[in-house]
This record gives sequence, structure tokens and C-alpha cells, in this order.
Amino acid sequence: MSDVTYESAFVDGDDDAFTDPYAGSYDTTEGRVFTVTGADWDTVLAPAPGHKERIVVNMGPQHPSTHGVLRLILELDGETVTEARCGIGYLHTGIEKNMEYRTWTQGVSFVTRMDYLACMANEAGYVLAVEKLLGIENDVPERAQIIRVIALELQRISSHLVALATGGFEMGALTAMTNGFRDREEILRLIEMMSGLRMNNAYLRPGGVAQDMPDYGIAQIREVLDKLPKALDGVPRLLVDNGIWKDRTSGIGYLDLAGCMALGVTGPVLRATGLPYDVRKAMPYFGYETYDFDVPTADGCDVYGRFLIRIEEINQSLRIIGQACDRLEKTPGPVMVADKKIAWPAQLSIGGDGQGNSLDHIRHIMGESMEALIHHFKLVTEGFHVPAGQVYSWTEAPRGALGVHAVSDGGTRPFRVHVRDPSFNNLQATAAMCEGGMVADVIGAVASIDPVMGGVDR
Amino acid sequence: MSENTEATAEIAEVVPADAPQLPVVDVRTGMFGGGTQGDTSGYGGLVRTVELPAASVRPFGGWFDEVADEVGLALQDDGVAFDDAVIYTVVDRGEITFHVAPEHLIAFMTRMRDEPGLRFEICTGVSGVHYPHMVGAEFHAVWHLLSITHNRMVRVEVSASAEHPHVPSVVSVYPADDWHERETFDMFGIVFDGHPGLTRILMPDDWPGHPQRKDYPLGGIPVEYKGATVPPPDQRRSYS
Repeated sequence: MSDVTYESAFVDGDDDAFTDPYAGSYDTTEGRVFTVTGADWDTVLAPAPGHKERIVVNMGPQHPSTHGVLRLILELDGETVTEARCGIGYLHTGIEKNMEYRTWTQGVSFVTRMDYLACMANEAGYVLAVEKLLGIENDVPERAQIIRVIALELQRISSHLVALATGGFEMGALTAMTNGFRDREEILRLIEMMSGLRMNNAYLRPGGVAQDMPDYGIAQIREVLDKLPKALDGVPRLLVDNGIWKDRTSGIGYLDLAGCMALGVTGPVLRATGLPYDVRKAMPYFGYETYDFDVPTADGCDVYGRFLIRIEEINQSLRIIGQACDRLEKTPGPVMVADKKIAWPAQLSIGGDGQGNSLDHIRHIMGESMEALIHHFKLVTEGFHVPAGQVYSWTEAPRGALGVHAVSDGGTRPFRVHVRDPSFNNLQATAAMCEGGMVADVIGAVASIDPVMGGVDR
Repeated sequence: MSENTEATAEIAEVVPADAPQLPVVDVRTGMFGGGTQGDTSGYGGLVRTVELPAASVRPFGGWFDEVADEVGLALQDDGVAFDDAVIYTVVDRGEITFHVAPEHLIAFMTRMRDEPGLRFEICTGVSGVHYPHMVGAEFHAVWHLLSITHNRMVRVEVSASAEHPHVPSVVSVYPADDWHERETFDMFGIVFDGHPGLTRILMPDDWPGHPQRKDYPLGGIPVEYKGATVPPPDQRRSYS
């Protein structure tokens, strides 16, 4: 704005006054704007009579309780929030653009970095879209589907534990945080056992999964499943009937069913209005229709309800994992689609120098079969061709419904992949939840949406 | 020989003269994608057009016809014929896509949301696609609508030319589309007319260009390793 004149010294005629180059005032078309830093409130002149006091507070992007690099722009009237706006984009890394320059299989390693607390949930949406494009969603082996379900539910538990932990932390319940992160560690160990990595797994691949469950895998999962419910009880016992917590979370961050529909909000926030919409039930994928589980709901439309739903969803996920483990024991077989023109040629194994292609496979391509070597090389460097067209996959990520719009131009690389991240969409509800409430409740409302900025900004 | 000719004549009759042309998404030459080296394979002269799935004719199958009929009937109340509002419909891979004329988009979306037989309560957002080969319809805005009542999903697509990349905003119908349209504007430069505050959302406010367009370079620097140089991803050999 060219008509703005900035005065760094704000007290006229007083040479002794502290002159802060960053704190001053300037005229705008909407009146005089004061920038105040630190303890110099007193030196700011009182607003002229008739002027309404209007304080705009920038919260974040570097603030411990904004759930990542989220910038909240709050207009306050005393302690009341009159306007709340979000500033996002601080973690934009151009993942969707980058994917257009890699093969369809490499795309998994990109999407897994979007919502980094639910890595495999992103992968699930992406591989489902690629499999729909290829027309092989019914050809994925049963064993791979069961492993996917186990992976996704473990991921849901670990993601919800972080939601409860950071949500508690942001509102002052520090023990909830230490408990939550302690229990998440157990889950991450299982995820590492399965995929080789704690986060950014790139474990689900178009056509199956990257590697089979180790022999000792189910036993290890069972061991954790046995002791986890007792440990997981920590956060609920601390908070569910805790009067302070209830007072702090009940009735705040209110968003009813009509609001959720208008704003496209899904996930625990939608289920807290009493509508049991869960994509795993409504439009099942990976064989979810064959598992026995409930969709928990609450009826308060508030932060407390969303908190209860996340706790109950952890229990339901444990139920699903138990059933899947039983099934996996009885289901031997491959974990990658049979079509050799699509299936990733190698399985992974752990050698002396870490994780890599299995030695059997290396022996085969280097010593036994020239054709196998060529085939491996072509699939890995060039990738597989995907028939031209577009699809949309719709899956239930821990934060809500995740949509992947994938367009192929018949080549070996995605023409366009757009991820409709639930955090990105749900964060739009911030204004509806916060305006008219207290500034302290903004933290609780945002924590109950549980946005992950990696997914929001992509 | 004569049998062949007969067969050709039969096919020509089956394909109607006014059949819509397939949207060409790309024209490729050669077999291996690498264009910078000499043609040692002999396949360099191959020319291949890649086409998206063609328009479908009725019956679309399943509940697709039901949705098309319902929205067609509802649009008559607005004085709009279904064929005027929906330029063509594609059923592919078990999903239905309505290619809607931009001037009827708001009426179409409103009916999709409000009619009891349709009830697409949730708009899951808009995604942009840039098809440089589709002259006059380079930019596509793609909405996905979800009906929780009927447990259905449909795709609504609107195209715009590169010279005039304007499509109507559906924020007045689906407020959820607010940020999604801002993102698509940010990434593709598609202007959503009627949006309450169409500004950039992910890129900085003063960013030049729209990064997801196909002619916008990916960027990157060559990486040197033990004397050899690895080019940035967009300059490596591609196999598409």
C-alpha cells in the first residue's frame, strides 16, 4: 500500500522515549494501526473516543499449541474471539507436482509424507486409486489385504494417540502427553517390525504390500495387543471423568451436523454430531466389510465428544487387528498381485548392511536369469503403464475421509494426483468453531480437529 | 477380402456419425520416451495418440441412470434441458462423470444438493487438471460430490480454455469448497468467478505463476556424485 506512512518513533517531541524500530504506528484506510512488541503497552495511546478497541493477534506459525505450523489470525474483543482465520501453506512442499515426475510406484513414497502421523492411511488412498485405474482392485491377494488392514489400524491407533497426547498437552494435561507418546512407541515398534520404518513407510504398494509379515510378526502383535489395553487405559482414566478436563472441553468448539455437511467435515468431528458415517462401513475397501467393528458416535458436537470418539476408535481398531491376526494365520500366499507386469519384482529382506532386496532375488536376477534382470530393470526404472482415465478413491483416514483423485495419461507416471486431505478440509471449520468463544478455547477446538500440517499444505 | 469389406461397412454403421470425439490427452512418438538420443531402435517414427475414455450413451447402468434422470427432471424446473446442462457423460471404471456447461453449473450443483432423490450433501472439494493437448479446454475443474443419504459419489467436471480460464465458483452452494477453490486457483490459475475471496492459499501471496500447470518447470539442481552428475528429476529420461 503506497498510501501508508510508517513512523518508527511514536511519541512526539519526547527524545527520551524508547524508540523501537519495530513498534510504531501507521495510518491505513481503516484507521491508525499500532504495532506493539513486548511490554510497551502502556506507551500506546488509548484509542480515540468512539473507536472500538480491536486487537488482532497472530498466533503461530511458531507456537507450541497451534498443532504444527498453523497460523491463526484472531481478532479479539477482550477475551472473546470475534473473528478467526487460518494462515496455512508454511509446510507446502509441492508433493503433488513432484509425483508427476516419478513412476506410479514411487508416488507411494511421496504421499506417505503428506499426513506424517498417518502415513499408511495416505498410502491406502493412493494405492486404491492406482489399483482402480489399473482395474486390479479385486486381484490383490487376500493376505496383502489383511496385512493392509492391520497396518492401517495400527496407524489409526498411533495417530489417535498423538491426537489425544498433543490435545492434552496443549490444554495443560501433560501426563496425557507422556502416556500417549509412551503407548504410541509400542505401536511404532510394530509398524517398524512390519514395514522396516517407523514413519514414512512406503509400505502399501500398488498391487499389494512391500514385504510379507515376518514369521514372528503375529506373535509380536498379539503380545502388544495383550498388554496395550491396560496401558492405553492411562489417558482415559486420567481424563474421561476428570472434572477439570470435562469443564475445559464440554460445549466448546461446537459444530453441529448442518455445519459439518456445509463445510464437508468428516471423521471424528462429524461422528461427534451423532452421525455414524465411516467410509470403512459405507464404502468398504480392503475387505473392511468382513470385519466386526462398531462406529462410535457422540452427541455433544463438542471437543469432549471428539475426545471420547478417538478413545473408542482405538478400542475398535484393536478389535479389528485381533480378527485380522486370526485370519492372517490361516491365509498363506503371496502379498503382491500375480500380474508380473505390475507386481514389484523383489521382496525386501534384512541383510548385514540393513534393509534391501532379498538375497534370493539378487541371486536369481544376477546369476540365473537374464530375462528376470531385464524385467526387474524395466519395472523399476520405467514403471508400469496405467490406462488413461481418472478415478477417485475414498478412504477413512484417522482424521476423516481422504480422497485421492488420480488421472493417468496412459504413461508410466501420474498425470495428476490430487489428495483431498481431511485436515485441509476440516481446518475450514476453525472459524465456525471458534468465533464467539473464548480465546483459550481456540486451542481446544483446533486440537479436536487434529490437523496435521504436512497433510494440510502438502 | 469381400468379407473384410462387409465387416468394415458394418462397423461404420454401428459408430454413429455424430459420435463425440475422444478427448486426446497426449500424442507420443517413438517407443521409449527418450527423445534426446538418436533413434537406434527404428521405432522413433511411431506416432500414438492417447485418449481418455469416450462419452457413454444410455443406459449408464445401476443407479447412474437414476441420478441422471432425477437431475434432468429437476433441471427442467429451472428451464434447462439436461442435454444443455450436461455436455456429455462418461461412465468409466465404475464411476460416473458429468461434464457440465459452465453457465449451468450452479443450477446443476444446487439441484444435486437439494433434490430428495439426489441429496449430495457433501462436496469433497475441487481438483484441477491441466490438459495442454485439449485445445480450447485446457483446464478442467473436477468436483466430487458425496451423498451420505444414498451412499453415492459422482464426479462433476467443467472445462475452461487457457485464454479465459474462468469457471463459476460453487462456494455459494457448497461452502466447503472455499479453500479447495483457492488451492486450485493457486496451483492452476483457474479463476472461480463468484468466490468470496479468491487469493492464494498455499504459495506466498506474491508468487509468480501457477506451479501445477504442465508448462511450469519442476525446478531442481543437478547433483554431483563422485564425478558424475545426476540431473534434476524433470530433466531425466522419461519413459512415458
